[in-house]
This record gives sequence, structure tokens and C-alpha cells, in this order.
Amino acid sequence: MYYQTKKVVILIVVHTFLMSVALSCIFPLLWMVNVSLKTEVDFRNDMGLKLAIPPYWGNYPRALIEGKLLFYFINSVFYTFITVLGIVIVSSLAAFSFSRLKFPFKNVIFFIFLAAMMIPLPAGFVPVYILLNKLHLVNRSGYVLAMMNMGLSLSIYLLKTFFDQLPHDLEDAARIDGCNKLGIWWNVALPLVKPALAVVIVFNSLNVWNEFVLASLMFTEEKLMPLQVGLMEFYNRNIVEHTLLSASLTIAAIPIILLYLRMQRQIIKGITAGAIVG
Amino acid sequence: MNKFSLREKFTNFSFVLPALIIFSIFYLYPFFYTFWLSFHKGDGIFILEFVGLANFKEVIIFDKDWWSSLYNGTFITLWALTFQNILAFMLALGVDKLTKTGKFYRVIFFILPVLSEIIIGLLMRELLVSGQGGGVLNFWLNRLGLGYLARDWLGKERVLLTTALVHCWKGFGWAFVILLAGLQTIPEQLYESARIDGANSFQCFFKITLPLMLPVVALVFILTILGTMQAFAMILALTRGAGGLTEVPVMRIYNHLRGNQVGLACAEGIILGAILITVSFIMMYISKKLREKYGVLSN
Repeated sequence: MYYQTKKVVILIVVHTFLMSVALSCIFPLLWMVNVSLKTEVDFRNDMGLKLAIPPYWGNYPRALIEGKLLFYFINSVFYTFITVLGIVIVSSLAAFSFSRLKFPFKNVIFFIFLAAMMIPLPAGFVPVYILLNKLHLVNRSGYVLAMMNMGLSLSIYLLKTFFDQLPHDLEDAARIDGCNKLGIWWNVALPLVKPALAVVIVFNSLNVWNEFVLASLMFTEEKLMPLQVGLMEFYNRNIVEHTLLSASLTIAAIPIILLYLRMQRQIIKGITAGAIVG
Repeated sequence: MNKFSLREKFTNFSFVLPALIIFSIFYLYPFFYTFWLSFHKGDGIFILEFVGLANFKEVIIFDKDWWSSLYNGTFITLWALTFQNILAFMLALGVDKLTKTGKFYRVIFFILPVLSEIIIGLLMRELLVSGQGGGVLNFWLNRLGLGYLARDWLGKERVLLTTALVHCWKGFGWAFVILLAGLQTIPEQLYESARIDGANSFQCFFKITLPLMLPVVALVFILTILGTMQAFAMILALTRGAGGLTEVPVMRIYNHLRGNQVGLACAEGIILGAILITVSFIMMYISKKLREKYGVLSN
């Protein structure tokens, strides 16, 4: 009996602690969504504490059109899609080669890629920005190329460890059937590492979507800005209206939260893999 | 035969080539370019003048703002190391024992690290900044009858502490996930056999959990230091530097680049990078010594 009570008390204490921290995470986000569904006058009365019933949807069209968030959003989707596509192709080719094929200095080159993950470069964006300026690449393609580089090392490492675990038999069979190396990479190896590809895609999508520093340096034209830079611009232009700002923050946060809820296993795998290498 | 194998070597190498080209242009070259730029003055694009070590001299000896930005970064890092990581460790210990609801908490805690620094920064600014009506959080505190807790959160005296706490709030979920992954690798049999030998929970924690978690804790410490000292976007969104009061090293580098003082920016980057590498190595050394003391064999 004593043991049972003690157990229940401990459970209650643990859950209260966890729940209160969980609430501190969730509450500001729910508040943000709630405020985005209010009118500014309504918001001034209760600072977003009362539920927005009935919801007022007017802030969203205003944020999207007047706040130009629609443009920023489309830009972000574009940058993220192209960058991640590039990372997947380039890094899986390289990882396949590191894992399966032979060429001189293979291990040295792989080691350099790994070392890049461990050396902190706090001012890394400075020379990259200057270089892009000199190459006349301060535009979309320059940004995509620079962002691709940021995801390469970890993606190559992740995919290589997966390729290393694959049995050789399937590839041998394909080779006997007359498949060349590129064909084996595309038809045999890539389909077998789909779980790792999912991790690479999701993890890099988050990184590109959330990137701010380089984008803010490169894109001074509004029509090129991705969402993160656009949000800062938007805030600088419009400081007073909380409801409008909340709507724009919600627009930026919702896709990430949905992606996260759908793919949280992959994201957490990417984070832990990144941490272990680091 | 020989020719064939050379050709084959080249085909094999061509698989790595795209990655290697991008990596060389955007990582290797900039890496050495940083050092070269740090010996020069100008905007880096049109004007470039060799000045030797003057930039380093300027940063280390004359630039008080650089040292205060390092102080600010260190202040936030110390909060992250203690408050954020202890909180994350406690949460991980709590969730580790829960089989049914553990996953729910894990999903919730990790939402904040997934969201961008700009979103978190602007959202917290919205809550904390005291405009008309004294700010949103202060309004809530008044409503709850806790009016005496109301503060000017982003005002001069408190802004650095507020920034540190917001940083911890955004970051603890990340530390939590890694620590939890570490806890779950500890085999249950160890606890069972300890309990059979009559050990209580405290003894279990200090004799099993803590020693076995040392490598993971060391890893989290190093990554916290690296991450927090290089944090920047969230702080920019939250306080815009607050007139230097929350200026962190990378913000200073960023502003120097914007102000066409590329040489200074690079010199600061090199100094900060050297500090971070040194600190990481010291941490690794300490962790190794501690593990030897506790006799934990694994890696």
C-alpha cells in the first residue's frame, strides 16, 4: 500500500512538472494563432486571452497581399525545393561513391568533408558573401549553391553509413544484368536507402527554410526575399498591429509545425546524427 | 588493362566531383579566404588594402565593444549551460520512465527548436515589448493579480537576462532530445541488479545514470557552447541589439560586414573560432579525465 501511494505521488509530481513545461511551449504558439484571428480593436481589450470566436479571417489576406508574405512564401518554397533537390542528388552520388567505388585519396576526401562539420566558422558567411559578390552570383542561384554546401557534409555522412549497411548481392545482380554504376545508384541503391533520404530531405528542408543570415545579406530586393528575411522586413514596416504580425508569424510557422508533426521521427534522427558527428 | 583502370578510377571519382566542387568553392576556399581577408581593410569587393595584423590589434586591444559582445555571448551561454541543460536533463529523466505519454512530451518539447529563430524572436518580442498598455505579458500578470511581477522586460537593466531566458526556452527541447536518446541506451538490467543489491534511487542515479551519461552530457555541453556563442538571428529579432546591450559576437561580425569593414569581421570570426575550438578541446579533455575517473569504458 505504502509503495503504491509513493508511486502515484511520484507520478503526479513528474507529470505536473512535465505538463507545466509543455504548457510554456504550447501556450505562446496557441496565443499567436488566436491573436491572428482577432481584430486589432478586439485584441486591445483582452490582449488575446479570450478565444477568437467567431474567428476573424481578415488578417490573413492582408498579411499575404499587403504584407507581401505570399511572395516571400513562394520564394522560400522555391529556395527550399531546389536546394534540397540539389543536396539529395549531389550528396547521394558522393555517398554512394565513398561507400562502394574505389578511387585514389578517397578516405582523405571523405575525412575533409567530415572535418568541415567539426570546425566552427562563426564568420563563415563573410567570405562566402564576398565571394558571391565577386562571382556576380548575388542572386537566386548563388544563394541556392551556397545553401547546398551547408547541407552537404551531414547528408553525405548519413547516406554513406546507410549505403555501407546494404548487402552487395543486389548490386552484383544488377551489374551482371548489365547495369552501369549510374544505373545501380539510381535503380538499386537509392530506393533501398529511402528512410535515410527522408531524414536528409526533412532535415535540410528545415535548415533552408529557417536560414536567415546569408539570405538577409544577399537579398535586398523585396521580390527575392525568403520568408525569414521577409518577416523581419514586415516587422520593421509594421510595428503596431499585433494581429497582423501574429497572422504573418502563423503563416510562417504552420508549414513547419505540420511537417514536424508528420515527420518528427526523421527530424529527431537528423538532429541526433548531427550531434553525434559534431 | 592499365588504361581501363585509370578510366574506371575517373568514372568513380566523377561521382564525388559535384559535391567536391561545391564544397571547395563554398567551404574550403572561403575558409582560407577568411584569413587572407583578415589582413586587409576595405569592403572586400572594390577596395582592399593590406594592413597586416592591424585588424587583430584593433579588435583585441582597442575594441571594447568586441569584448562586451563576448561577455554578452558568454553570459547567455552560461545560462544555457546551467539552466537550459539542467532543465532538459530533469525533463529527460522524467520522460525516460514514462512509456505511454513519453512520446507526447517529446513531440511537444521539440516544437520550439524546429521553429525558426526569427519566428521565436518576433513572437517573444510581441509578448514582452512594452508599448502602449505596458506590454502583453505585463497585462496578463496584472490580470492574474501578479502585477508586482510586471517588468520592462526588454528595458535596459533586464534585456540581457530576458534574451538568455528566451534562448534557453527555445533551446531546451534540443538538449532534451539528445539527453533522452542517451538515457534510453542505458540497459534496464543495470538498474534492476542495482536494486536487487539494495541501492535506492539516489544511489542508482549517481552510480549508474550519471557516469554512463557523461559522454552524452559532455557532447551536449560542447554543442551548447558552440551553438549559443554563435547564436544571432533570434537575438536580432528579439532585441535588435538593444543599443549594444545584447550585441553578441556574431551580430558584431554581421554588422561589420554590413558596414563594409570586412577585415575586422574576418579577424573577429577567426578570434571567436579559435576561442570556440580551444574551449571544445578543454571540454573534451575534462570529459575524458572524468570518464577515466569513473571507469566508464565506452568511447
